[in-house]
Amino acid sequence: MSGADPEGDPGTDTADVPGEDDEESAMIRPKWGSDLFLIAKVVLATYALFFVVGVLSGAGVNATVGTIQSITFWAALFALGALALNLHWGYTGMFNIGIAGFMAIGAYTMSIAIASPDGTPAGFGLPIPIGILLGTIAAGIAGLVLVIPTLRVRADYFAIVTLGFSEIVRLSVQSRSLRQIGDTGYGTGGGQGIRATPVDSVVPWLFDQPIVGDVGGVILAAGEAVGIASSVTMRGMYTFILILFVVAFYVLLTRIAYSPFGRVLKAIREDELAAKSLGKRTDRAKIAAFAVGCALMGLVGTLWMGSRTHISPDHFMPLITFYVFVALIVGGAGSNTGSVIGGFAFAAFIFEGPRFVRTMVRANLGADFPRTAYGAFAEFGAGDPTALIGYVLYQQADEVRYIILGVVLIVLMIKRPDGLLGHRKEISAGVDLSRQGTVADGGRPAGGRTDASSPANGADETAAKDGGDRDE
Amino acid sequence: MGVGNTGGKISDVVDDTRERLSSPSSQEIFALLIVLGIVVLLLDLVRRLVMGEMAVGRLWRYTWNGLVDSLYIALAAIGLSMTYSILRFANFSHGDLVTTGAFSGWAVAWLIGGWGAYSVGELVLFSPTAAGPTGGGLGMDVLASPVAILVGLVMAALMTIAVALAIDRLVYRRMRDAGGIALLIASVGVALALRYIIGVFWTVESHSATASAPIITDVPAWFPVERINLHELTLVVTAVGLIVGLHLLLQYTKLGKAMRAMADNKDLALITGIPTERVIFATWTIGAGLAGVAGYLIVLDRGQFSINIGWFLLLLIFAAVILGGIGSIYGALVGSLVIGLTINVSLVWIPADLNEIAAFTLMILILIVKPDGLLGGVETA
Repeated sequence: MSGADPEGDPGTDTADVPGEDDEESAMIRPKWGSDLFLIAKVVLATYALFFVVGVLSGAGVNATVGTIQSITFWAALFALGALALNLHWGYTGMFNIGIAGFMAIGAYTMSIAIASPDGTPAGFGLPIPIGILLGTIAAGIAGLVLVIPTLRVRADYFAIVTLGFSEIVRLSVQSRSLRQIGDTGYGTGGGQGIRATPVDSVVPWLFDQPIVGDVGGVILAAGEAVGIASSVTMRGMYTFILILFVVAFYVLLTRIAYSPFGRVLKAIREDELAAKSLGKRTDRAKIAAFAVGCALMGLVGTLWMGSRTHISPDHFMPLITFYVFVALIVGGAGSNTGSVIGGFAFAAFIFEGPRFVRTMVRANLGADFPRTAYGAFAEFGAGDPTALIGYVLYQQADEVRYIILGVVLIVLMIKRPDGLLGHRKEISAGVDLSRQGTVADGGRPAGGRTDASSPANGADETAAKDGGDRDE
Repeated sequence: MGVGNTGGKISDVVDDTRERLSSPSSQEIFALLIVLGIVVLLLDLVRRLVMGEMAVGRLWRYTWNGLVDSLYIALAAIGLSMTYSILRFANFSHGDLVTTGAFSGWAVAWLIGGWGAYSVGELVLFSPTAAGPTGGGLGMDVLASPVAILVGLVMAALMTIAVALAIDRLVYRRMRDAGGIALLIASVGVALALRYIIGVFWTVESHSATASAPIITDVPAWFPVERINLHELTLVVTAVGLIVGLHLLLQYTKLGKAMRAMADNKDLALITGIPTERVIFATWTIGAGLAGVAGYLIVLDRGQFSINIGWFLLLLIFAAVILGGIGSIYGALVGSLVIGLTINVSLVWIPADLNEIAAFTLMILILIVKPDGLLGGVETA
């Protein structure tokens, strides 16, 4: 990436020992290299784990590869969501639990913009990139409209406001009265949603594009030669494009975080009054950060719905918000790398994990399980313990997922409120305040805009932690 | 105006008012617009009634439904408001305590109603097989089996209290000193876990628990309604009784005083020697008991329910609590009344699938304009 500074990498791996990095610049900078390495480690280890478990348990190579593919898809999506949320909650400290609403605004705007004019409900038949852009802008504007009047409400009230907002959005698009607005034929489709005609679904469109189409055609042909169905290859390509977006989000957010603007955001998170007293325009910064984050959430919504040909209000239940939240909290709010890893860990172990267990149960015990707890307990009582196992892990796999989700949230909040990587919460100061000597030779004022061109390297984990603590 | 200003001169008040009128803050303008909007709507309502566009009977029906809705919202909102003021966090799992009450209470009612005729599993799980019992078959109405319904009501309260206390011990007690947001996130986790643990047993399908409600048609002529739905009446009588009882408890017992003290200032309460853990215990007991009863009564009124019953209600409950001013149970009662009436009377102007939007919008507007709630943030526990 253009922002990466190769000089910063070698030292960071050994930088866990305090004091060893005194040679380095005191500027607080992102650690692209070691972070990329960390993400790669987690991803590869998880893939290997799933593969080994899947093959050993007899789920079959195909099912395992399918699981890994869908893990990757969801990981990319939740990483995107978590990165966008990190700007709100991790950096600025704004507790937004209306993510589903902003995603819905983005996705619906895109669907209405690109749907064919002959459909029911009708769309505007615009090109797909414009639809995605409009969706992003619409979500950003919605965020702007919501945040300006609610800037000063308390954090827990803000949470309730955003949740209420997302429910208002969902109920609105679900409502029969907006199914077709007036006699125009345009609308949200009510509870049925909007079905994209093949012309305006995103994945086939991608294959019509010059470069992507050519490469895609070659990959498709290669895939078919090896025996991979074209639909699987196409899904894989779409996932790959999502991953490119993750990279872009990551770079963008890290740039923001290490810019003077980002430091104002972190200062607001730590102590808004203090930041204000120092002459920072905290209101403006909060509005801008919120709108940008919401626009990114809208973009995530369009990207998610781009993989589908149908969009309906049921896709945007508040649960989606909590998925993203758990992804962020698992990784540790305040760290972009944490967001990506959290999104991945969430997708692998909480989101797809129970389904994978379900696949394994089917492979080993069949699919003939009682459909109700009554039947399960009856057969269990009759001396068939597999009925109960099958009922819980096979029939109720979704419920088990939600239970795990809840328990993970509770345990994290009790044991590690900062998440797995939360101790790396980036501090708001521009220079490392934890060591006197290094500040002097860093030589750059905290508020200066010196690092806009080269935000990179430095600051090990312990320093970030110490700095964060001392700041308070 | 504070207490100290009561002796002030009238001219001061006039000056003060003039000053505020000449340079209103954006919040005040906002508030004015809301009041104006409500006045316009009321005038329009009068116009519709006078012009005969809308029958008086329809308005009365909306109002009555609004009162009924506001009563069960109030039962749940009181508990939420109490935990908010004493434990200092927005408890997102409160809705699922309502669900717990609905499922546990009706399971017990069915068990009593169908004892001996069906197996325990069929009764407790609300007839998981097609051939199983039905609410109608078991005679689940207040006239046919009053004992089962009453015992179910009591058990709904007791079992919800047990669940809430267990959750407090497992989760919230370990986080007494955590911040409001950490507790809020944990409560979302509790909500999900609790709801779907119920879901593992009862599935996510919708259940129908009651027989059709007995209706009295020969009411005296002076009564404003022509027919009385006995299940609705049960809901109203139970809810009003509990609310009055709670009022007496808070005003005239030492416990009530301790709770009000703790809501006001936790540290001061500790110094004064108020046993805070015991007050927290009482808070959960009262709050969860009322939430459980609310869930049970909603099912009695509606007949149908699923594991989402409480979650869907949660935002309405929050709206009521916020409207009344968080921490004040009398505020929560007023807020519930406003929300209950809003979701029903708004039907005069908007389609039925938009009425919750009206309530949520009202909640957001109040939070923006008057975060202390309509009653001005008097924390009376």
